[in-house]
Amino acid sequence: MADLALIEAVNLALASEMQRDARVVVLGEDIGRNGGVFRATLGLLDRYGPERVIDTPLAEMLVAAMAIGLSTQGIRAVAEIQFSGFLYPCLDQVVNHATRYRNRTRGRLSCPLVIRAPNGGGIHAPEHHSESLEATFAHLPGLRVVAPSSPARAYGLLLAAIRDPDPVIFLEPTRLYRLFKQPVEDSGEALPLDTCFIDRSGTDITLVSWGAMMHDTRLAADRLAEDGISAEIIDVATLKPLDLDTILESVAKTGRCVIVSESARAGGWASEIAAGLAEHGLLSLFAPVMRVAGYDTPMPLARQERVYIPDVSRILHEVRKVFEMAPR
Amino acid sequence: MIEPSPATTRVAAFEVFLTRYLNPDGSLTADPPAFARDREQARAMYALMVRTRLFDRKAVALQRTGLLGTYAAVLGQEAIGTAIGHALAAEDIFIPAYREYAAQFARGVPMHAILQYWGGDERGMAYPEGTPSHHDFPLSVPIATHVPHAIGVAYAIKLKQERRVVMASCGDGATSKGDWYEAISAARIWNLPIVFLVSNNGWAISMPSHRQTGAATFAQKGLAGGLPSEQVDGNDVIATRAVLAAAIERARDGGGPSLVEALTYRLHDHTTADDARRYRAEAEVAAAWERCPLKRYKAYLEAAGFWSADDEAALVADGTAAAEAAAQTFLNLPPQAPEAIFDHLYAELPSSMRWQRDEVRARGPVDGGH
Repeated sequence: MADLALIEAVNLALASEMQRDARVVVLGEDIGRNGGVFRATLGLLDRYGPERVIDTPLAEMLVAAMAIGLSTQGIRAVAEIQFSGFLYPCLDQVVNHATRYRNRTRGRLSCPLVIRAPNGGGIHAPEHHSESLEATFAHLPGLRVVAPSSPARAYGLLLAAIRDPDPVIFLEPTRLYRLFKQPVEDSGEALPLDTCFIDRSGTDITLVSWGAMMHDTRLAADRLAEDGISAEIIDVATLKPLDLDTILESVAKTGRCVIVSESARAGGWASEIAAGLAEHGLLSLFAPVMRVAGYDTPMPLARQERVYIPDVSRILHEVRKVFEMAPR
Repeated sequence: MIEPSPATTRVAAFEVFLTRYLNPDGSLTADPPAFARDREQARAMYALMVRTRLFDRKAVALQRTGLLGTYAAVLGQEAIGTAIGHALAAEDIFIPAYREYAAQFARGVPMHAILQYWGGDERGMAYPEGTPSHHDFPLSVPIATHVPHAIGVAYAIKLKQERRVVMASCGDGATSKGDWYEAISAARIWNLPIVFLVSNNGWAISMPSHRQTGAATFAQKGLAGGLPSEQVDGNDVIATRAVLAAAIERARDGGGPSLVEALTYRLHDHTTADDARRYRAEAEVAAAWERCPLKRYKAYLEAAGFWSADDEAALVADGTAAAEAAAQTFLNLPPQAPEAIFDHLYAELPSSMRWQRDEVRARGPVDGGH
């Protein structure tokens, strides 16, 4: 079992599934000889050839549309979009076709495809490279939206996404691509979709997050532990469809909840979770559910991105408010 | 024009050709291809055009009497769908826009399914098993967005080393969209077996085709992508079938993608929700009727001795009955269960959504569905 960074785990999952299933192809810009701008597809061209490792023209809409066409013919298409801000040209294709062919044709055609993209900021990238798009996609019926938070989960969830019979948007945490390593076994075993993971058990407060913000959430929980506060951390992992039950069970135990999300606050996925808690978990709450989120501004350019992206201090600030309202 | 200078070298030159066998009066410009000299094939093409026109008339009548939703008529463009239907092989894959009913009928889509679609019932896109249409794509309303799917479908065909061809059709307005250009630009890179068909019917709702592009032809847009590209008289079913068949067989034999611009005219409003009198002259429409694809082909058949007044009467009676039967089938179909909206959302409905389906099921049928 090797220690792998998250981007290496993505690469391992792609290679593993291409080896296991000849129907799997990868496509995108600069993914062949170059191995992808983040090197997610490194080595795949040499191992699986240019027919299955498809360098596309510089046209994101086409990448999504091509993946749709491939997937309707039984090819398991795994598309890469280089940066999250370049996902928008894919939106029309995802909304009007990928999520709808099965429904429109009463099951005659379907789109078992994955669109992978880095998501979020924190690496001082240029403009339009650092947006968090999960809520944009999670709003869409017929889609799965998955956001791994560690190398092991990236490996297992990507395998699951490729094997899933329906379209999956797989949002990889850019900031965590090379931040830390973790033992990852090339077991070929997928992790379950449509379920949250209890990342850490606790009793006093539930911290809910996904993707890159899981890292800061874990650090915040470490700090809380120093103060004797036991935080339970839930990694949502599959944002759509949302496993609210796991979050409700945790909140029933802790009575307190803070949701941490990098994307803009208004209409973000933290809002959907908070609404679910208001509808189904209000009576077990000691205090209002608080959201820590990006501001309702565009993602700033690199010098200001730390102003925007929630950090440990902002998480702790909201947690303290909760405990002021509802002391232990 | 660029004025050449001593420093200038000519690196490329392009031409666009138009093919027409039948003049509007039915006279021939050249000896027609073998299929048009074959009595049965020649008659079958005419029958499909007439049946499509009779269906179209019935569909409009259903809408006008409140029995069908908004419907996009194909009046005047029947030759193109007919040519597609006769040129494609059963195993080929058709990715239509929404005015190619004749091709869909030829590939096994029942007439009532088209009525179901415009009548607001998804089951109208479940094209029957055992027919070529079962592996075809459904009608596509968002303009041009379906065209780049042909790239992925054709790439899959190459991966699987199959001898199949993809045809993706659209209208002249669709060529203004980036989706269309991205497909045209990419197809040649992998030499994909695709025929792109542009039905230039003169109008994209209220905008004439010269307001879609400043280019002299839509065909030349394909030249930019390295595609053999040409025009055909889309109201001449012989020429359209011949040109499409040649492009299809070129693709099947590894010759790669092509683009065909078929010149036609939308004799009807854009849809039944449109009133074309607001933006185009009656005289233009009247002149276009002189180029009607049915009229000229019938004249050809009669001159060839393939068609009689008795044949015409029998066909009209049969086609009228078929359209009527399709309407009755459509009108008598039991409605979908309310919870059917969840049936094909995912391969399996996620457990977190089951309560929504249960709620709809418990609520039962809702008034106002028709």
